[in-house]
Amino acid sequence: MNDEIFSGLLLNDEHCLSLSELSHACDVHADWIIELVNEGILEPRGKDIQHWQFSGISLSRVQTCVRLKRDLDLNLPGIALTLQLLDEIQSLKNHLRGIDPDFDQS
Amino acid sequence: MEYKDYYAIMGVDKTASQDELKRAYRKLARKFHPDVSKEPDAEQKFKELGEAYEVLKDPEKRAAYDQLGANWQAGQDFHPPPDWDAGFEFSGGGFTGSESADYSDFFDSLFGQAGARQTYRRTGGFHARGEDHHARVLIDIEDAYHGATRMITLKVPTVDSQGHIITREHSLNVHIPKGIRQGQQIRLPGQGAPGMGEGKPGDLYLEVEFNPHSLYRVDGRDLYFDLPLAPWEAALGAKVKAPTPQGAVDLTIPANSGAGRKLRLKGRGIPGNPAGDIYVVLQIALPPANTDEAKAIYREMEQKLAFNPRAGMGV
Repeated sequence: MNDEIFSGLLLNDEHCLSLSELSHACDVHADWIIELVNEGILEPRGKDIQHWQFSGISLSRVQTCVRLKRDLDLNLPGIALTLQLLDEIQSLKNHLRGIDPDFDQS
Repeated sequence: MEYKDYYAIMGVDKTASQDELKRAYRKLARKFHPDVSKEPDAEQKFKELGEAYEVLKDPEKRAAYDQLGANWQAGQDFHPPPDWDAGFEFSGGGFTGSESADYSDFFDSLFGQAGARQTYRRTGGFHARGEDHHARVLIDIEDAYHGATRMITLKVPTVDSQGHIITREHSLNVHIPKGIRQGQQIRLPGQGAPGMGEGKPGDLYLEVEFNPHSLYRVDGRDLYFDLPLAPWEAALGAKVKAPTPQGAVDLTIPANSGAGRKLRLKGRGIPGNPAGDIYVVLQIALPPANTDEAKAIYREMEQKLAFNPRAGMGV
C-alpha cells in the first residue's frame, strides 16, 4: 500500500451517472435499467436515453432492485411497490427519530 | 467446523416436499431479506437461509446431505466422512451469484469444489473493462463537517495464473469530502477490478454511512438533538449553551417553551449549498425533590400555581 490519498468524485446533484456507467456499476444490462425507468422506479434527468443522468442514489436503488428480483423473485411492479413502501418506512423512521430520543434503542 | 442443520434453518421436516421447501424459503426470505427486514441479524440469517435452500432445493445435493445421517446436531464439530460424496456428481447446478463465496466452511467442505466458486465470467482473448467494485465506509458526523481521510481495505477476488480465484487485500486512503451526506456515493475511477487484456480497470464506488452518534440524529442535511432545560429556564426563558459539531453556541430559549418544542439553528447542519440546519428539541429535566428545601418549593408551587396538566383530558 502507498501513502497516496485518493480523491474520488462525489456523486451528487451535479455529478451523475450515465446509463452505461450505471449499468456497468451495478453489473446489469442497460435494458433492465430502462425497464426500471419505465416503471417509474428511477427518474433520470435528461430528455432521451443518450442524455439520461442518474443521481448517486440510483446506484444503491438499482442494487436493491437486483437483490429483490434475485432473492425474492419479484417482478417490476412488485419491486416498485416494495421500494415505495421502504421509502415510506424510512421517512416515518426519520420523523420518529426527530421526536423520540430513544427511537434507535427501541 | 460446525455442522449445519439445514432443515432446522428452514424450519421444515426432513420429509418436506420440494414445494414445501420453496414455500418455507419464500416466507423466510421475505422475513430476513436485508433490504426489508427489521431483524437485527437479518443479513446473517438470510445468508444461512440462502445456503440451506441452495442445498435442499437441489435433489442431488439434498440426497448427499441427507446421507450424512441424522445424528448430527447443529453446531457440532464436523468433518466430512472421507468418501461421503461417492456416487454423487455435483454438476454445478444453480449457483446464482457471487454470494456463493459467502457460504459457510461447512458448505464449502461438502460442495465447495463443485462450482460454489464462480467460474470467472470474462474469459478468452477479449479486452473488457474490469468490474466495478462496491464498498461501504463508516464516518463520523464530524467528518462530514470537516472532511476526512479514511483507509479502506477491500478483499478483492482475482484470478491467478492457474485460473483459480484467490482473494487479496487492497488498501487505499480515500478523501471524504466535506458536506457528504448519509447514503451518498463516491466514485474512484480505476480502483475496481483490473480489466481483461487491454481493457481499462473498473471503478470503485464507496457508499458513505454515518456511525451512530451519542448526541446527534441525522436526517439528510439536518441534525437533531435533545437539549435538557431546567423548568425555570423553559418557563422564564433563558440563554443557554448548546453543543454543535462546530463548537458550542449560545441559544436563546423563549419564555414558556414546552417540552418537544424545536428551535432551529439555521445553516449549522451539514455544510453544503444550501447547508443543513440543526434542530434543537427541548426537553424539561425535573430537579429531584430529595431535600426538605426542594420539597418545600414543589409544595409551594402546588399551592400557588393553579396548574392542572390534565385539564384538556376532561378528568
